[in-house]
Amino acid sequence: MPPELRESLLEALQHVQGYIYPNDVSLGWSVVIVVYPYITGLVAGAFILASLVRVFHVKALEPTYRLSLLTALAFLIVAPLPLLVHLGHPERCYEVMMTPHATSPMAIFGFVYAWYLMAVLLLELWFDYRRSFVEWAKASAGFKRLLYRVLTLGVEDVSPAAIQLDEKLGRFITVIGIPSAFLLHGYVGFIFGSVKANPWWGTVLMPIIFIFSAMVSGIALLMFLYLVISRLRRVPVDMGCLRAIGTFLLSALVLDAAVETLDWIHRLYEAEESLEVLVLLASGKLFFSFFLVQVLLGTIAPLAMLGATQVFKERISLRLQKSLYLVSSLLILIGVFAMRWNVVIGGQLFSKSLRGFTTYKIALVGQEGLLMAVVLMILPFLLLIGLVKFFDPWNTRETPPATT
Amino acid sequence: MFGFFARAAVGAWAVSVLRPVKAVAQKVAQSPVARSAREAIQKAFVTAQTPTGYDVHAHHWAMAIDVERCIGCGLCAEACKGENHVLKEPFYFRTWIERYIIRKPDPRSFELRGETLVDSPNGGIGGFPPSPVRKENILRTFFVPKLCNQCEHSPCIQACPVGATFDSPDGAVLIDKEYCIGCGFCVQACPYGCRFLNPVTKTAEKCTLCYHRITHGLRPACVEVCPTGARIFGDLKDGNEKNPVRVFIENNKVQVLKPHLGTEPRVYYAGLDKEVR
Repeated sequence: MPPELRESLLEALQHVQGYIYPNDVSLGWSVVIVVYPYITGLVAGAFILASLVRVFHVKALEPTYRLSLLTALAFLIVAPLPLLVHLGHPERCYEVMMTPHATSPMAIFGFVYAWYLMAVLLLELWFDYRRSFVEWAKASAGFKRLLYRVLTLGVEDVSPAAIQLDEKLGRFITVIGIPSAFLLHGYVGFIFGSVKANPWWGTVLMPIIFIFSAMVSGIALLMFLYLVISRLRRVPVDMGCLRAIGTFLLSALVLDAAVETLDWIHRLYEAEESLEVLVLLASGKLFFSFFLVQVLLGTIAPLAMLGATQVFKERISLRLQKSLYLVSSLLILIGVFAMRWNVVIGGQLFSKSLRGFTTYKIALVGQEGLLMAVVLMILPFLLLIGLVKFFDPWNTRETPPATT
Repeated sequence: MFGFFARAAVGAWAVSVLRPVKAVAQKVAQSPVARSAREAIQKAFVTAQTPTGYDVHAHHWAMAIDVERCIGCGLCAEACKGENHVLKEPFYFRTWIERYIIRKPDPRSFELRGETLVDSPNGGIGGFPPSPVRKENILRTFFVPKLCNQCEHSPCIQACPVGATFDSPDGAVLIDKEYCIGCGFCVQACPYGCRFLNPVTKTAEKCTLCYHRITHGLRPACVEVCPTGARIFGDLKDGNEKNPVRVFIENNKVQVLKPHLGTEPRVYYAGLDKEVR
């Protein structure tokens, strides 16, 4: 076996506490699998924010509508990569689609993913952008003209009737898209929630917790991106839009915190066989990432800050409000990452013997190392930069986006 | 009032229609045609590497463990590693032995038993070191051999995204390593910690009851080397009334591990203590 893996496992063996099943020394799922539900959650959350404009007519959010969709697309493209990277035999990955095992929650991922990408996100983007493609194609030359023309898929009719039809179909797709977004991330929660062998994961609330935390993280990401991009574009931030995002973010965060608290109340009240080891886990191995990062920094602090922007909105300056929004969105993004970490890594730190703990030392390099996780986290942002350059989300006029 | 009767009538109708439908569906699912269809599908995708002439339907393998007989010598775990080329490192085991030491309770308390210590250094290979608890303070101590429980309702089979792990009709849960994608979901799904991802082949691995041996009429390596007969193995379809597993199950009250999970293990234990998980 690889010597570095051998060394790290021998070291982990030295730090085992209590009794663990001997095969439980190594963690099967590493930091790369932490990134997977994190990215998928951001996709679902970003899409939900976009759908607020399209389906629920929240006009205030319009400045972030297209950005939300492009963000969802950028992150969705990267979403399966952590899984692929982590597979022992990535060359056999097609088997998941070709010979799916119907009873496996993981087998369905390919289909849920394909549905969400093809039937929801790309279609909605296309209906929304088609008119822009036609106009940009006319106004640009060379490669970009070709690109925009190809993207119209030959439908170049921009008469009011055609645009109205686009609008209608786009809205219809968003209506399908909302349950699809819930399905996408609720399903990721089900992958963990359905593991009855693991008491930390196996709770019926898991899909619900994943859906709410997805909404929280996706909306926080959009708030963060909107603030940063406005600064980069040197345009004033639309405070109405920012406040609207803030209100939705606060509501989602309250719901998320409530569901996660409910989960803990349930566990403590039912006090099953596993409770002792889970309490030890949360208060010991996960003390930093759970109590400090996820609960204090990722939930309580942003709740207070977002609450303050609501309660004292007349009394605090715009500058301070913007700072509060920026900081709370960042804290939430960190907090939700910590939540994914606590679920994925935390769930493997205790043994299924319920009598002991192993340790996880994150590798720097390698297939499942820290660097890989960082690359996987940066990739969607790079993609988003490209997407924003070519499909300027704020340019609905006839001039094509300037990409140079 | 009418509404109540109407609902009751609809409910009764639904039950009377659905019950036979369910019964028929169950019958169809368990019919020989459906079973052979399932097996045909299984055969098309997975390989169990059975020798020619071996009929999977003519056998039903079973294993039982007599906890009272295990002396913790570790020969079984060692033989398993040799027989199945399991990595020698102390974190990969297809079978291992746990030692339980239950202390006497504090005489000032009203407890019946003291703290339980469990260990399994290198899976029990080479035997166990002297007890960390002095003899006079021990209430009870015993060894428990562990291995894949070959569950009737295996969570690992349920979880495998491609069907690379499967239930053979002869009672063994097997893995096709040519087909396994190495996602590790089965490792997470097994409540007994019996699976691991082999870092060399990068596929899932676990006890197969020494399938390459039993299909040739031999016994699993661990059973073969056990000096006390703590591991009992047999074929429930061999027609022999003195089948060792049958005799053992008839003469002992047996339990399975973690029965509350509904996995229906096919490895039966006699003499288990409540501390064993």
